[in-house]
Amino acid sequence: MDRTAILTQLLQIAAALAVAPLFMGWVTQCRAWLQNRTAPSLWLPYRAIHKLFHKDAVLAQDASPLFRAAPYVVFGTMVVAAAIIPSMSTLPLTPAADAIALVGLFATARVFMSLAAMDVGTAFGTLGARREMMVGFLAEPALLMVIFVASLISATTALPVISARLATQAIGLYPSLAFTAVAFTLVLLAENARIPVDNPATHLELTMIHEAMLLEYSARHLALMEWAAALKLFNYACIGFALFLPWGVATGEAGPLALVLSIPLLAVKLACAGLGIALIETLSAKLRVFRVPEFLATAFLFAVLGMLVHLLLGA
Amino acid sequence: MTTPGWDLQLLNLFAALLLLLSFAMLSQRRIVSLVNLLALQGAVLCAATLLLAWRTGQGHLYLSAVLTLGLKVVGLPWLLHRLIRRLEVYWETEPLINAAGTMMVGLLIVIFSFGLAQPIAELASTTTRSALGIAVSVILLAFLMMITRRKALSQVIGFLSMENGLFFGAMSATYGMPMVVELGVALDVLVAMLVLGVFFFQIREQFDSLDLHHLESLRER
Repeated sequence: MDRTAILTQLLQIAAALAVAPLFMGWVTQCRAWLQNRTAPSLWLPYRAIHKLFHKDAVLAQDASPLFRAAPYVVFGTMVVAAAIIPSMSTLPLTPAADAIALVGLFATARVFMSLAAMDVGTAFGTLGARREMMVGFLAEPALLMVIFVASLISATTALPVISARLATQAIGLYPSLAFTAVAFTLVLLAENARIPVDNPATHLELTMIHEAMLLEYSARHLALMEWAAALKLFNYACIGFALFLPWGVATGEAGPLALVLSIPLLAVKLACAGLGIALIETLSAKLRVFRVPEFLATAFLFAVLGMLVHLLLGA
Repeated sequence: MTTPGWDLQLLNLFAALLLLLSFAMLSQRRIVSLVNLLALQGAVLCAATLLLAWRTGQGHLYLSAVLTLGLKVVGLPWLLHRLIRRLEVYWETEPLINAAGTMMVGLLIVIFSFGLAQPIAELASTTTRSALGIAVSVILLAFLMMITRRKALSQVIGFLSMENGLFFGAMSATYGMPMVVELGVALDVLVAMLVLGVFFFQIREQFDSLDLHHLESLRER
């Protein structure tokens, strides 16, 4: 591994860390515009994180070391995930883990988050953790199926190679990829606590999923958790780009120029994705919790249909 | 990976859309939306027929595309909408298996019918033969819908969707049936629809509902 490769890797992690809250802010801003509200500042997530880092942390009396460690674990896994996903370039670290390991990383974060939420023993935390596990165990097979379809088409499970092969093949109509793209969008909404499944802006504890798990956190722990949530959304968006919009990612040998060129393209993709998420969130109503399995079954169905269509029609 | 011509790709896309619409119908509980989905399925079928007619240069396929458009996109949905308004049935009662369960059964059916169609497709000489599996699954999914639904109207919609599947199967295996057969089937469907329309009113007259499980118990008057 030479010096430029390491530099590229560090640059990409730094970019992910820096851009993730901005992306979150952009989605919130788009939502506000679409709902005829005055939009909050694009920099609000940064300010919130900054503010939280300067506060003193309060811990519950019964909190175990797990409760303190969880934010660092969750944040750490998200940073590692950001290092694996080819958002700007196919990196030196990416061969270390394939797409299935990536799903495992997300699962690790989810498990620690749920354990921490149950740790203090409040009713809402436990409730949120259980709901999160329900959403997670239904969303995970759908996500794996999506990845399998892309792997079948490109004959590998390594995300950068999938991305590179999909980018170089002839442009055509791929019903299988279209189906899996829909499935991936549904999984993204469910996994990132967006509206049809969970409302990120809710203050009503009874309907919370993600927020309910964070109720006991304060100060730097909360800041890390929120930053991790933003990173997770950014990571999912980048997985989506790698699978369905793979053009413009700098490959390993392309040199610094391709890397520079990939930055504005990533910005455009992120802006469009943020607008799309905000649009879906504005147009759909929040589902009752008991309807969530149906929503995720639909995602799974789309992914499996994509795979079947690929196997039968070769398209 | 070899890429086929754009017309074949488009045909594959239509086939995939037909399958998708079958699943959408399977999960839909509002009968009005069910009729709209049926009309949409007819429209996709019509587009696929037109494309195939243009690609193979078979004149009679144009005629059957026009027949599809007139009957399945405009005629029957209009008739069904009128029936819904006059019978005032808008919602299907809870189906026998819940939505997620039906979907999973549907997936198994698709896998089964893909396996079923594989040897048949190898015998066919048409370029569209790979779509045969999709046609079989559309037929079987329509069957599933008829089995799981209780209301007479949704069962009839399932029946019509099955006809769509048969039509698509004939198209992909042998570039369509002979014109006489096609006209005969179209006429049959139309007449069946009219007769069933009369039946609906009779059923409702007798039982005050369109729920078919009332028909399962016999009793003397």
